[in-house]
Amino acid sequence: MSAQTTQLAGAPRGASGQQDAPRERRAAHLVDAARDRRVELLLGAVAVSVVALIGLILATVLINGWPSFAANGLSWFAPGGDIVTQFRAMQTGIPLPGHPLLYFRAWPLIWGTLLSTAGAVAIALVVSTLAAIFLTEFAPGPVRRVLAPVVRLLAGVPSVIYGLVGILAIVPWVNENLISNGRRQSVAYVVQLNGANLSTAILILTVMILPIMVALTANALASVPVSWREGSAALGVNRWRTIWRVSLRAARPAIAAGTVLATARALGEAVMLAMLSGGRPFEANPLDGFTFLFEPIETLAAGILQEFGGETNTPIGHTAYAMGALLLFSAAMLSFASWAVKQRLRRYGVGS
Amino acid sequence: MTAAASAPTQEPTLAIVRPRRESTSSWPLADRLAHLLCWTVGIGLCLLTAAIVLLMLVKGISQLRLHLLLEPPSPSLHQSQSGGFSTPIIGTLIVTAIGTAVAVPAAVALATWLSEYGRPRWLARAVESGIETIAGIPSIVLALFGLLIFARPFFGILSGSANNGSVSGQSFLVAGLVMALLAMPLVASTVLEGFMQLPPRLREASFALGKTRASTTRHVLLPAIRPAIASGSVLGMGRIIGDTAIIWILLGGTLKNVPVGSAPIVSTLRGTGSTLTSYIYSNAVGEGNSHQKAYAAAFVLLLIVLALNALVTRLSGGRSAYLPGGLGARR
Repeated sequence: MSAQTTQLAGAPRGASGQQDAPRERRAAHLVDAARDRRVELLLGAVAVSVVALIGLILATVLINGWPSFAANGLSWFAPGGDIVTQFRAMQTGIPLPGHPLLYFRAWPLIWGTLLSTAGAVAIALVVSTLAAIFLTEFAPGPVRRVLAPVVRLLAGVPSVIYGLVGILAIVPWVNENLISNGRRQSVAYVVQLNGANLSTAILILTVMILPIMVALTANALASVPVSWREGSAALGVNRWRTIWRVSLRAARPAIAAGTVLATARALGEAVMLAMLSGGRPFEANPLDGFTFLFEPIETLAAGILQEFGGETNTPIGHTAYAMGALLLFSAAMLSFASWAVKQRLRRYGVGS
Repeated sequence: MTAAASAPTQEPTLAIVRPRRESTSSWPLADRLAHLLCWTVGIGLCLLTAAIVLLMLVKGISQLRLHLLLEPPSPSLHQSQSGGFSTPIIGTLIVTAIGTAVAVPAAVALATWLSEYGRPRWLARAVESGIETIAGIPSIVLALFGLLIFARPFFGILSGSANNGSVSGQSFLVAGLVMALLAMPLVASTVLEGFMQLPPRLREASFALGKTRASTTRHVLLPAIRPAIASGSVLGMGRIIGDTAIIWILLGGTLKNVPVGSAPIVSTLRGTGSTLTSYIYSNAVGEGNSHQKAYAAAFVLLLIVLALNALVTRLSGGRSAYLPGGLGARR
């Protein structure tokens, strides 16, 4: 670049100045070294502040959520009662009979988070792997040239837009076409079914996290050394098995990284799920058979968004921060897991 | 079959010419089924992307009117009187500007330290995993954290206060600062990637001329990775523009911009307001409840994202936005 050429052009001048005053030059060098040290300290301070910041985030969120944990003990994580009535009790300041004001049982939200995240990530893992293979191996040139940038674009689409498409296009359709009246009546005594339910949440969450996983996997598949695959082909292995056994295996670190990224996004997704769940924290029950897929859920992140009013030092505030602390803990565990997995897979892989 | 995955030979071989159309008839049934499944999923992906793009295009263009872009929103039950989304667009610009202005210098400093200094080693490793951890924190938790910090009386200057004198902790400034935290990891990792792709001879040439590390960084390396800094900034902007949870909690969710105090520009920055994302959210589910306007606003938001995406592709030399290749290596 231009800066580089100026540096090179400046070289002879520095060389000719060498015979003038060696002592001055040494002094200048000391000044330079001191300045270098100052810059290092300054930049280092910025870097250390990042680590300090994480400590601060963990500490403050946990401290403000602590009253909720303290009031409920380990039962905080347990099932028990209706979340909505618990939140209303905190809002009005009238505790539920026989319970403290901070009484809260988060299991329905945790269950909803687990279901939606696991469902979406499991589907997206399979679909994105196959789609990435298609994109790098089988797609005709023109299709690939159009699809690759579009997938990248979809990875950057804000979640609120996915939520909008979901609530205005998919939810009404599911409500009218997929849920029969008999099914509605079979669970009418506990919950009212509409289009905003577990399956739509998982569907849209999958669509949301798919692009990033496809992009990462496709990038890794494209960077598998040709010689590895030629070696496989030369041994008489057919093309599909070469892809499956050689390319995909080499791309495992990228697949793991993409999965972790997608899980983090699904776990923390608040807005889209808040739009879809409609504020009905119901504990979807697998024993209901097929109806299970059409029961509403609510996740931790969406619950915070819907119930938290912006006051930190109220019962609702403490409960929201406790939920946030749980999310934070899960996110930290997730990045630790990704680090551990990558350490193991890095040896034989490409990209990450 | 598994032996195929073992070490490849490094000797030069004749290039394998793959036939144009490969017959799968000799493959085992399982392989053929998997191959078929792969095509199905691929075509499904094409249809899905086409459906999303077309839906947004049709709904957006059919709902977008010029007056929507020019009028501020107003709380009204009648669609004809509830205005447009001019102030949300301005709100998006303000938050993005603040967030980028804070995040980019911090991220560049961070990446520079990690790449050029990075001593002691354990600290560098801790910082690196710290950046990764921040990248994984859900934005709603960052919003909770921001509210807790900025609602302290010490930061009262950044936002308005409620009637009882307590600091609200909700303003454009606060939202922008927390957005910087959200965007910082993305910018830092892109810049770091740019540093790593510089050829070592750049540094060596500069050191050979007697330049210090600081001077080398300032005058040689940073100019060389300018494309990486630029595309990192744009990626960060995209992240900021698309986030809703931080806006919803830290910007107060008021439909209009509500200034605090009387100083002309500072009052807006200290006040609450809305951005395109929170406008869409409140119109899709909340009190606004105007689906047409939500679609129109989403279309505008999508156009901004599209423009930023094109910019990233351009800045990173037509390579992938996620694995910026050959950034600094270009002459």
